[in-house]
Amino acid sequence: MAIFRERQYLRVDVGQEKDESLWMKCKSCGELVFKRRVRENNNICPNCGMYFFHTAIERVHSLVDEGSFEDLSEPIAADDPLEFVDSRPYVERVQDAQEKTGLPDAILFGRARIADLPIVIAVMDFRFVGGSMGSVVGEQICRAIETAVEEHVPFVLVSSSGGARLQEGLFSLMQMAKTAAVRRCLADERLPFISVMTYPTTGGVQASIASLGDVIIAERGAMIGFAGRRVIANTIAQELPDHFQTDVFAFEHGFVDRIVGREELRDELATVLGFLGEGA
Amino acid sequence: MSDERTLDLLETKIEELRSLNQVDGMDLSKEIERLEKKLEDLRRELYSSLTDWERVRIARHPKRPYALDYVEAIFDGFYELHGDRITGDDRALITGIARFDGRRIVVIAQQKGRSTEENKERFFGMVRPQGYRKGLRAMALAERFRFPVVTLIDTPGAYPGLESEELNIGGAIAESLLAMSALRVPIVSTVIGEGGSGGALAIGVADRVLMLENAVYSVITPEGAAAILWKDKERAKEAAAALGLTATRLEELGLVDEVIPEPLGGAHKDFEVTADALKASLARHLDDLAVVSTDALVAQRYERYRGVGRFHRLESEEG
Repeated sequence: MAIFRERQYLRVDVGQEKDESLWMKCKSCGELVFKRRVRENNNICPNCGMYFFHTAIERVHSLVDEGSFEDLSEPIAADDPLEFVDSRPYVERVQDAQEKTGLPDAILFGRARIADLPIVIAVMDFRFVGGSMGSVVGEQICRAIETAVEEHVPFVLVSSSGGARLQEGLFSLMQMAKTAAVRRCLADERLPFISVMTYPTTGGVQASIASLGDVIIAERGAMIGFAGRRVIANTIAQELPDHFQTDVFAFEHGFVDRIVGREELRDELATVLGFLGEGA
Repeated sequence: MSDERTLDLLETKIEELRSLNQVDGMDLSKEIERLEKKLEDLRRELYSSLTDWERVRIARHPKRPYALDYVEAIFDGFYELHGDRITGDDRALITGIARFDGRRIVVIAQQKGRSTEENKERFFGMVRPQGYRKGLRAMALAERFRFPVVTLIDTPGAYPGLESEELNIGGAIAESLLAMSALRVPIVSTVIGEGGSGGALAIGVADRVLMLENAVYSVITPEGAAAILWKDKERAKEAAAALGLTATRLEELGLVDEVIPEPLGGAHKDFEVTADALKASLARHLDDLAVVSTDALVAQRYERYRGVGRFHRLESEEG
């Protein structure tokens, strides 16, 4: 079990915390580590190697050539078509997430280069309502793909999402169909689509766009699957193996092409784009 | 539903009076008439003010007609096709070729079991990856022979279990969405009972999306939403109301093209009437789509899904 726990992510917003303390305690190894060192180390604990969550922009910078990213995200935000209220109103939930992340929703996309190869990259941000896909995430993915098609460059999607955003009801479900439909535009132009699954890539995102890459790469430690452990336990009360829905599980059962450590992800993308991209 | 029990009771009373009337030659016709009117009023009142949760209950009613009931009632012949050619034959999803008033169509449908025994085989209509892969086979066949596709949706959701996950249920759903989004034949999908999340949508990407009046279609079950968002499974009623999962609501939201009326009390109260209504609706939509060129059809379907979503533009901060 320890080996799997070691691969989990910890949710520590090292870049965003308001307090000015210079140190943080790694929840995995218990060591007191210098925050700036964690940040400079790709959000990996310098002591035990535990991965911490990347924010979307941190993820972008960890993957693309320095200074090459140009944010093209549409300035759009979620409506509340169902006037949804659970323990609190959905609009408040969104506002809080916007303030916390500085993002309009759970994704951003833009132009960038990896090893000098031009691409369009879209990255989800788990801090924003669990990276869930509602109308805005679906729309940004589609516009990212359309931009890649217009500029005739490959598309890279980095997923970090629990699935469909429940508060937008069936509109969220339909984003699965929408992104799958638009994905075809890349294929029609013979443009590569590399899907990177990180912790977590589950539910409606795993069951749509994230599973439709020409090449699918799991970041080491990713959680990949459709129905969560709890849902399965509630529905059929089945014993599940320890490595259920881990990167290794997904690889063993053939959902992903490769498992790649965070440290090697940039080089990995450069390599695969080199093989698939034009003029390679 | 306790109100439904009142209705049943009243119905039984009327039957009793009727038989008394015949046996004893007593004239109870006035009383019978009075009770019948009361019954009708009650029924109308009860079913015109159904809560969303009550609709969920009707959509899951054990007597509710299932896909094969409609297949038998509406089509003139059905030749079932089995197996995904790799893993096995998922009985929760049926596929086949059918004749329908001179047309030939491919049917893809989720099928619940009527008995416990049958549900062992049909998994309560919860489809596993091999089911969706069988569906993909049927779609490819439809495209090859240029048969329109009719899908009937009735599932609590894709089957959540180890076997499903090992065979990449998410990937199978994704492939199905991709295939349907550009299939070069008309597709008409109807939610006849439960439209449970990705497991339902996987056979629901279509040129026309129809719903029976008491069917429901949702991103998650009310119980699931209650557990996740309210942290309390008992609050499914509230969750049902919040999710906007009824046919009329989804039609208002522009996500469903047509609501097919059901008899008072639900499709099971008068199956023939329901089947006739569905048949007429399917025929009309298939006829409408038959005259659209294939390229236009695929382009329109693309636009339909490309345009789905509700968001607003943010004011530029620079003013």
